[in-house]
Amino acid sequence: MTSAEVDSAATRPPREEAAASGAPHRARDQARARDGSLAPRGLVRRPSFVVGVCLLVGWVVVAVFWPWLAPADPMAQNPSLRLLGPSGGHLFGTDQFGRDVLSRVMAGARPVLEVAPLATALAVAAGSLLGLVCGMRRGLVDEIVMRVVDMFAVFPSLVAAVVVVALAGRSTTTLVLVIATFSTPMVTRSVRAAALVEREKPYVEAARLRGEPFWSLLWREVLPNVSGTVLVEATSGLGNAIFAASTLSFLGLGQAPGSPEWGASVADNRVFLQQCWWTVLFPALAVGSLVVGIALIADNLREQATRR
Amino acid sequence: MSGPREREPAGSNRAAGDPAVDGTAGAAGTGGTAGTGGLIVEGLTVSYPSSAGPAVALHGVSLRIRPGETYGLVGESGCGKSTLAAALAGVLPGGGGIDAGRIALDGVDVRALSAREHRRWRASAFAMVHQGTSSSLDPTIRVGAQVAEVCRLAGLSRAQARSRAVELLGAVRLPEPATLARRWPHELSGGQQQRVGIAAALAGSPRLLVLDEPTTGLDPAVEREILDLIQALRRQIDAAVLLISHDLALVARTCERVGVLYAGRLVEQGAAADLLTSPRHPYTAALVAAVPRVGVSRRERRMPALPGQPPAPTDRPAGCAFADRCALADEVCRTSEPPLAPTGPTGSSAGSADLPEGVADLSDGHTVRCHHSIRVDLPRFQEQVNEVAAEPARPGLLTVRGLSRSYGRTPVLTGIDLDIAHGEVLGLVGESGSGKTTLARAVVGLGPHGPGEIRLDGRPLPVALSRRRADDRRRVQMVFQDPDTTLNPRHTVGMVLRRALATLRGEGTVADLAGRVQLGPRLLPMRTPSLSGGQKQRVAIGRAFAGDPRLVVCDEPVSALDVSVQAAVLELLATARDAHGVSYLFVSHDLAVVGYLADRVAVLYRGRIVEVGPATAVLLGPHHPYTHALTTPVDPVPPGRAGQPGRPGQVRRGSTAATGCGYAESCPRRIDGLCDFVDPPLLPLGGGVTTAVHSVRCHLDAADLPVFPPPAGPAVAAAAEDEKPEKENV
Repeated sequence: MTSAEVDSAATRPPREEAAASGAPHRARDQARARDGSLAPRGLVRRPSFVVGVCLLVGWVVVAVFWPWLAPADPMAQNPSLRLLGPSGGHLFGTDQFGRDVLSRVMAGARPVLEVAPLATALAVAAGSLLGLVCGMRRGLVDEIVMRVVDMFAVFPSLVAAVVVVALAGRSTTTLVLVIATFSTPMVTRSVRAAALVEREKPYVEAARLRGEPFWSLLWREVLPNVSGTVLVEATSGLGNAIFAASTLSFLGLGQAPGSPEWGASVADNRVFLQQCWWTVLFPALAVGSLVVGIALIADNLREQATRR
Repeated sequence: MSGPREREPAGSNRAAGDPAVDGTAGAAGTGGTAGTGGLIVEGLTVSYPSSAGPAVALHGVSLRIRPGETYGLVGESGCGKSTLAAALAGVLPGGGGIDAGRIALDGVDVRALSAREHRRWRASAFAMVHQGTSSSLDPTIRVGAQVAEVCRLAGLSRAQARSRAVELLGAVRLPEPATLARRWPHELSGGQQQRVGIAAALAGSPRLLVLDEPTTGLDPAVEREILDLIQALRRQIDAAVLLISHDLALVARTCERVGVLYAGRLVEQGAAADLLTSPRHPYTAALVAAVPRVGVSRRERRMPALPGQPPAPTDRPAGCAFADRCALADEVCRTSEPPLAPTGPTGSSAGSADLPEGVADLSDGHTVRCHHSIRVDLPRFQEQVNEVAAEPARPGLLTVRGLSRSYGRTPVLTGIDLDIAHGEVLGLVGESGSGKTTLARAVVGLGPHGPGEIRLDGRPLPVALSRRRADDRRRVQMVFQDPDTTLNPRHTVGMVLRRALATLRGEGTVADLAGRVQLGPRLLPMRTPSLSGGQKQRVAIGRAFAGDPRLVVCDEPVSALDVSVQAAVLELLATARDAHGVSYLFVSHDLAVVGYLADRVAVLYRGRIVEVGPATAVLLGPHHPYTHALTTPVDPVPPGRAGQPGRPGQVRRGSTAATGCGYAESCPRRIDGLCDFVDPPLLPLGGGVTTAVHSVRCHLDAADLPVFPPPAGPAVAAAAEDEKPEKENV
């Protein structure tokens, strides 16, 4: 459930305040409805948001509970049942070693949902911090950080990732760090832009006038007001991270070949694409549905955030 | 402007519209009292759906505006003024609907029209000018084309529309209309944009013109021009004009009759002069009393504040809606709602005695909705004379010398010298763009940095805020203009005040601090966006006072507030000053507001101080010709010259560096050959009554400087008197 943690991390400060202050319900709802960014009510009414949440939650459930849900052992080979088409016995068919594709797709959710949310959380944390500091402090620090960010942005991230993984060796940690590193610049830019808008507002100037310490300024004054941006960046970053994780596995740089991970499955079976489409299509659909689900959530959050 | 900018072709054929519109208009315009001409609204009730049941925004509102008459509608925010305008246009937002009542214009029952006919009616007979025209002009279309488009909808050919557009731009007194028609909206000033909006509204020859806060956000000088224009046009177009405003003084100057709206009900209605000089409803009386007057300082009269806020539309009390805020309220008021009845013989209104039965609510007479209207008296300002002993001001709290600031290459302030004594209130006035805010920000250490010296208690203050010592920051605090952004929208009131106490090392508890700015403990756990504008500004003031400051810089703290709230906040500032002996640098474009609070006044024009001295001396004169232009409510410039470059309000920042007096090109008393070339020095006027020096930057001799006519009475009343002769025409 790491993805849910990312979400709640971004929304936590304001919620806690509301609970701690014990404000009357109506006032809290009004305040929430007015600034809009985190208003859940409007979002729940949108079908695309609900579809996105269902897809994401569905995959998270599968990733956690697949040992109980999967009809067969995803690693169990059965040479007599090689490359069977979808049927009642094997809904998604079997692969070249006679392994059940449905079970493999279900088991493949776990490595994806381990790597991507962790990487996104790291990227959002680092990017928010950098973005806030740059946006509020400006000057030399901002200049240097933003040039580095530009450098990362122009560099083809996949090529760089291939090089790094090849050098550092294949491991989940490497994968998480590489994806996090290349997701950070986008977050930094967005959060910095949002912070630049906020820093000119009188409430920030008033805080500076009364000598609020810099970190307190970031944490108490500005962060709660850019949390909408952070949340949007977190969700869209998660989609990208899933793609990146699967792509690296497809290239043999993520999960080991033979792993049920979706990218690795597609890579293992791509030679049979002409004859046995089910071995490739279902893992590919799995990646697609998860990414689409997250994109739907991200779009709706972004719309909600810009509507204030 | 939404009305005339209808894009439906239905409106283009005006002849196919209701012939009755034109037919009855002529008869009623000239006709007697019983005609059906003009706007008649009867028993209009409007409500919006809400989670807490229907929110009744208007309740049984009845009014009548004759052709050629201007009717002013006043009241605090949230009393239903804009809802009435939207209901007249038939464009109620948010699912609102008319529950009951009749709207008739020139005998046409507007509510009975079909959707198609209503569109046509709106295109041909209705026009509206909104508050911010800048956002209702299309930035990608030249202004002439935008006005011509409306003319096309009124049925003119392409060529006719084009020439008519130029004609209209001339009619709203825009300079060189033919050239101006080729300009883009962003090339015009705010006042010029508002005129284009009015020109477009007039294009369809409307029978009903609704002006919704037409001058809010404009400079006083520009506001005056727009009002003059509305006055002049009203007689030409012979339409019913509804002017919606929260500004009583403005309504008094412009309108013949005034209606006061409170909690969706019309509580008082009558001739402008009558209603504003002898209000019979306690709410009107409180509003009138809350208007600050030029030259009346807090030392002479404390402003009576109106407590509380209007009730929420979902939560209207059973009896009189005003009972909770009324000093006269008794049991009767709380149980039964008073009817809107003509004022008795005690009222000074003429012609209300012989009203026929049943049409009382549409009469021209003075009507009021109050059980105790006989007992209502305008709090006379002699009553509250409050002799505050003028303690000798100890000089030297703040000294500013040679302060200059610029944005990029554009100079905003040049060579500012300023002194504020301990416990003194220095008012800073000037039109927008004169550098007031930049100066205020420079003093607290914000904004663009530049040369100049700022000393606090004789010790130099670093220019940048980040270099100032914590102790200095604590002693110089600021109250910002916009109440909506001055507080962190994610914080509660309690958090704002707690942080202020913590960082400014203030004493006492959050509740104490809140109490000092008259905020109840009930508000402490509330998020700041759910507060009203006045409450937000109180929190901001409380925040500034948390660490016992010596100087509080107030940048237009009341300009975004309603009149009644403004009075309360000013009063709070006055009380805080007396209690803490703090000094203010009080920035405002409103001379009456500045005059109320300030001991001394400095006048800023294009980044230079043109005059500084004791408040009354500066405001009443002899003073600088520019100060005179600011203080005089009637435009001294002949109409032909209005809107030309160099008028006050059209600041051309680039010319501050030019030689000569900055005000020379718009000055009515310019000395040719001298003012254009030689920059006048800031010289003290001899022989002041007070010890403080009164200096003016002008070549004229002290004896030649203009003088503000001494006020004969309340400014509102005086302005209303001006309108009396015109009433005979109606």
